[in-house]
Amino acid sequence: MDLMLELAIQGVQMAIVLTAAPLLLGFTRAVRARLLSRQGPPLLQPYRDLARLLRKEVVLAENASWLFRSAPYMVLAATWVAASVVPTFATGLYFSWTADLIAITALLGSARFFMALVAMDVGTSFGGIGASREMMFATLAEPAMLMIFFTVALVAGSTELSYVANFMLTHASLRVSLGLALFALIIVALAENARIPVDNPATHLELTMVHEAMVLEYSGRHLAVIELAAALKLLLYISLIVCIFFPWGIAPHGAGPIGYALGVFAYLSKATVAAVLMVLFETSIAKMRVFRVPEFLGVALMLGLLGILLRFMSRSF
Amino acid sequence: MALHLAQWCILALAFVAIGAVVAPSSPRTIRTFYAACAAISIVVLALAARHLLTQAPAETSRLPIGLPWIGARLRIDAISAFFQLIVNFGGFAASLYAIGYGVDEESPKRVLPFYAIFLAGMNLVLIADDAFTFLASWEFMSLSSWALVVSRHRDRENVQAGYVYLLMAAFGTFALLLVFGLLAGADGHYGFSAMRSASHASGLAGAAMVLALVATGSKAGLAPLHVWLPLAHPAAPSHVSALMSGVMTKVAIYGFVRIVFDLLGQPAWWWGLVVLAIGGATATLGVLYAMFERDLKRMLAYSTVENVGVVFVGLGLALAFKTNGMGSAAALAFTAAVFHALNHSLFKSLLFFGAGAVLHGTGERDIEKLGGLIHTMPQTAFVFLGGCLAISALPPLNGFASEWLLFQGILLSPDVPQWGLKLAIPAIGALLALAAALAGACFVRAYGVAFLGRPRSECASGAHEVDLFSRGAMFLLLAACVLTGILPGLVIDAAAPVTIAAVGESMPRQVSQSWLNIVPIAASRSSYNGLLVMAFIAFTTIVAVRAIHKFASDRLRRAPAWDCGFPNADPATQYTAASFAQPIGRVFGETVFRTREKVDMPAPGALRPARLVLSMRDPIWDAIYARIHGAVDYVSGRLNVLQFLTIRLYLSLVFAVLIALLLAVSIWT
Amino acid sequence: MVQFSLDFAHLLAGGLVLISFMLLYQDRMFGLLNVFALHAVVLSLSVSWQAYVQDAPHLYITAAIALGLKAILIPIALHRVVVRLGIHREIETVGGIGLTMLAGMGLVALSMVVMLRVTGAADPLAREDLAFALSVILLGLLMMVTRRNAVSQIIGFMSLENGLILAATGAKGMPLVVEISVAFSVLVALIVIGVFLFRIRERFDSVDIEALDEVRGDRS
Repeated sequence: MDLMLELAIQGVQMAIVLTAAPLLLGFTRAVRARLLSRQGPPLLQPYRDLARLLRKEVVLAENASWLFRSAPYMVLAATWVAASVVPTFATGLYFSWTADLIAITALLGSARFFMALVAMDVGTSFGGIGASREMMFATLAEPAMLMIFFTVALVAGSTELSYVANFMLTHASLRVSLGLALFALIIVALAENARIPVDNPATHLELTMVHEAMVLEYSGRHLAVIELAAALKLLLYISLIVCIFFPWGIAPHGAGPIGYALGVFAYLSKATVAAVLMVLFETSIAKMRVFRVPEFLGVALMLGLLGILLRFMSRSF
Repeated sequence: MALHLAQWCILALAFVAIGAVVAPSSPRTIRTFYAACAAISIVVLALAARHLLTQAPAETSRLPIGLPWIGARLRIDAISAFFQLIVNFGGFAASLYAIGYGVDEESPKRVLPFYAIFLAGMNLVLIADDAFTFLASWEFMSLSSWALVVSRHRDRENVQAGYVYLLMAAFGTFALLLVFGLLAGADGHYGFSAMRSASHASGLAGAAMVLALVATGSKAGLAPLHVWLPLAHPAAPSHVSALMSGVMTKVAIYGFVRIVFDLLGQPAWWWGLVVLAIGGATATLGVLYAMFERDLKRMLAYSTVENVGVVFVGLGLALAFKTNGMGSAAALAFTAAVFHALNHSLFKSLLFFGAGAVLHGTGERDIEKLGGLIHTMPQTAFVFLGGCLAISALPPLNGFASEWLLFQGILLSPDVPQWGLKLAIPAIGALLALAAALAGACFVRAYGVAFLGRPRSECASGAHEVDLFSRGAMFLLLAACVLTGILPGLVIDAAAPVTIAAVGESMPRQVSQSWLNIVPIAASRSSYNGLLVMAFIAFTTIVAVRAIHKFASDRLRRAPAWDCGFPNADPATQYTAASFAQPIGRVFGETVFRTREKVDMPAPGALRPARLVLSMRDPIWDAIYARIHGAVDYVSGRLNVLQFLTIRLYLSLVFAVLIALLLAVSIWT
Repeated sequence: MVQFSLDFAHLLAGGLVLISFMLLYQDRMFGLLNVFALHAVVLSLSVSWQAYVQDAPHLYITAAIALGLKAILIPIALHRVVVRLGIHREIETVGGIGLTMLAGMGLVALSMVVMLRVTGAADPLAREDLAFALSVILLGLLMMVTRRNAVSQIIGFMSLENGLILAATGAKGMPLVVEISVAFSVLVALIVIGVFLFRIRERFDSVDIEALDEVRGDRS
């Protein structure tokens, strides 16, 4: 019986992240439009977009291979698995020990690997440019992310997110290394989700795009799956930041229905605040040139490295 | 029992070699001989597995061959058995692959005898128990692999590769000779058991460690001694390349483990630092080299350099922990190192087989001339993709499992008291993470350019799939990659006796964990479950596919590529491997390789094409080898004068030497 | 409470190091000035926190000087200098930004090792603060070495001086802290005024200090 309950809670988590992801995207778009004094799309527009894409037929390039058709599902699966082990509303999820912080990084790496591969499948130059630039960003963003997680793990004494969240909740204190890690994780999150200083999610101007260039050849249900995975990734990063650095209100293991409801409420409000802050930041700066991005990400890598260096030197950082 | 049978197997391999020389070279006999090699490998494999799993005690024996009246001492213990597992699984897969692939070789009889000797030599290194046997079998291994490298001697490049390889092998053996000289001590013991029990002075042990690192590193491909590897490994036939890259480097790692962890006793703290620094630098440099390589097999050889670096980082960590008496941490790092060695032997062999299949199917190694092979060689493309995923350390495959363990080891290291290590380990961790990310980019590039897209040449569009045996070997290795990836606990448990032999402790038993988790220290610290990740991914994929196919439209239409409205039918408009690597070259290459891009734009109205010239320098070649070459050149130029002297001057030279010798004798007494 | 005051002091000092890195990274003139103002604000916060924790009211004066002079007055003055000299183009750095950053990391690691090893027995509050202060000083020096532009060199110098003040206030009971900070501030002000008044550009037609080398007698 207990097992069933645990599985149910894990299932709720998986369902929440999948269904809330487009909502988050719609919310950021709405806020962004308000900030730019535009009317903006309705909150539920991403769902309508997805539904329409699902109804449309797939137009497949003539020389697309089986990999091209199966990769969207792989990308979605890897992202979804990663997102479902990040505690959102409650810690101690049943399968939380399946994958720790390092494995989450690697799962996102798998999603990116497939994405970049299929971008080259049809053999157009835009796909290649997108894949090449994505991998260039990844060569800095991925180590930066690992360094950030190392810092967090060295502070909390664990790479398991549930334990990290509990530790942060009970031993909350200001630490220099954590400050550096937060700063760096925000940079990585912006870059990985193709947000503004790095990439513009709204543009279709050929030479400036990275993520959009990779998915250029996709259509119909395949595109819907990819868009969903991208939304899920944004939610995942926001959940990560919230779970590691601001775990307040997260329900402990076995909290009961009211505790879980409170956890959900706390999570939603934190995610809302995080999304608003992100949009505020995005609207206040301009997009960078492509070759400025490595420097931007290099800063994140360096901050992460500084964080672990400090932890290695002294326990009190 | 195990040792006894292993001796017979090695003898059998020698007979295969002799048989291969005398037998007629019909495809059928060649197939038979490769099948014999495969069978022998599987016997040794089974013996080693049994030795390891039953945790049998070490066995020794003495053969009446080798030095007169002394004989050759042999021994099999957990370390030997684990590496026998690696060598013979690789040997079995390569022989299986060669049953199909080896027949199409232009002169199979030039390959087969040396192939058998090569296998025998590697196996003999692993069970040698005295310095003489070790050196002799090491030389067997080196020389037979050299013969394999130059087996296609009509190609000038191969002969050159063989030359460089021979030089480096001689250098390595020389360093190894010095190691054993130092270890032999005042009494001149050359048996390993005497060396193990002797206590070595700290300075002497340190010198022996450095020499052992140089000797085994030159064979394994540690920077800056890696230069021969990307020349020699690709020059051999592909199944031999796989053996050299996937397996022989592991024998070198075995040599390092045997000497430094087993024979030298308690390490000093700076050993770990040296090994870590060299390992980290090798990992990053190796993958950066691979990033810019356009020859598929050379790219794989450079990636071997990277992975060897990763293994040495693990060994360095284990040394650092062992110095400080942190037994469980040392066990974790050591397990990560040998696990990665095993994994690398699996996926690197797989990738070399794949490269061999591509070479066979298209006749081309240059990825800039390939493309679209996923359509013409679907099965090879599938297994090669698996290999790429595994080597890029992506879950749930095996490359990730060992890198995960290694990262856990790094997270344990703030407790190390030495400041030098405290400073170095975070930096090494960053280098390792960088290398892992670069490896991902490198294999996206290789796979995307060679297998995806549209064919860039005639030979790529006319490619054909390889034979059944070769595909079987590749699928076997892929299965092994998946199995060790989702059940890493089994490998960790199998490696437990090895870690006990090397660092005195082992990781906690993993098989008894719930859900087959791997838990290196405690569940509250970290855990990973490859099986569940795999199951999760499968589950979510199925859910997504089912849901989409139930609710979404399933109409599908083929049409020309969209490409922003301007599709171009010419395959030359695709992204090339060079253009894929260009952004990364800008980020990392400027400091490491001093890459310079020069755009030569014609004046308006001029009819010549614009040109982009990219120049790169190899920092290690420039800094070390070019200088050695220059010095040798200079000295030999100077000494050249000696060839054109008069007889009187020659006589006076001889006279001067005689006087010098007499003086030396008189002073000596 | 003690733990919290320690952590907060570390956080502020760590923030100062972080902003020093931002100074190294920033290669636009106005951006540089803004980041420097932030540097001074964090310094004054850190100093006033020390004043509060150590119960040393005279440190508030130092904090006020840091805030008023370095966070407001000098940046505004330099802003004008930059506008009048017309040098709001990019700053050239010696070597790439990546290499400079790596060198900076090395310096931070070095100062950590030196400070934590040498002062093993000291009060942890002073010990780790000192390590950060030394990092800020070394980063300031690095900035002065890697930049060619006179204005950015001044900023490097001032960030170095901020590190000195951080060190001085972090050590409990250090005499003459206020006086030292006043003296430094006067010195900095003099340098700024010097640049402003002499208007290097009119003499040498450049604020690139390599141009000054040409005036030196001992070069052929």
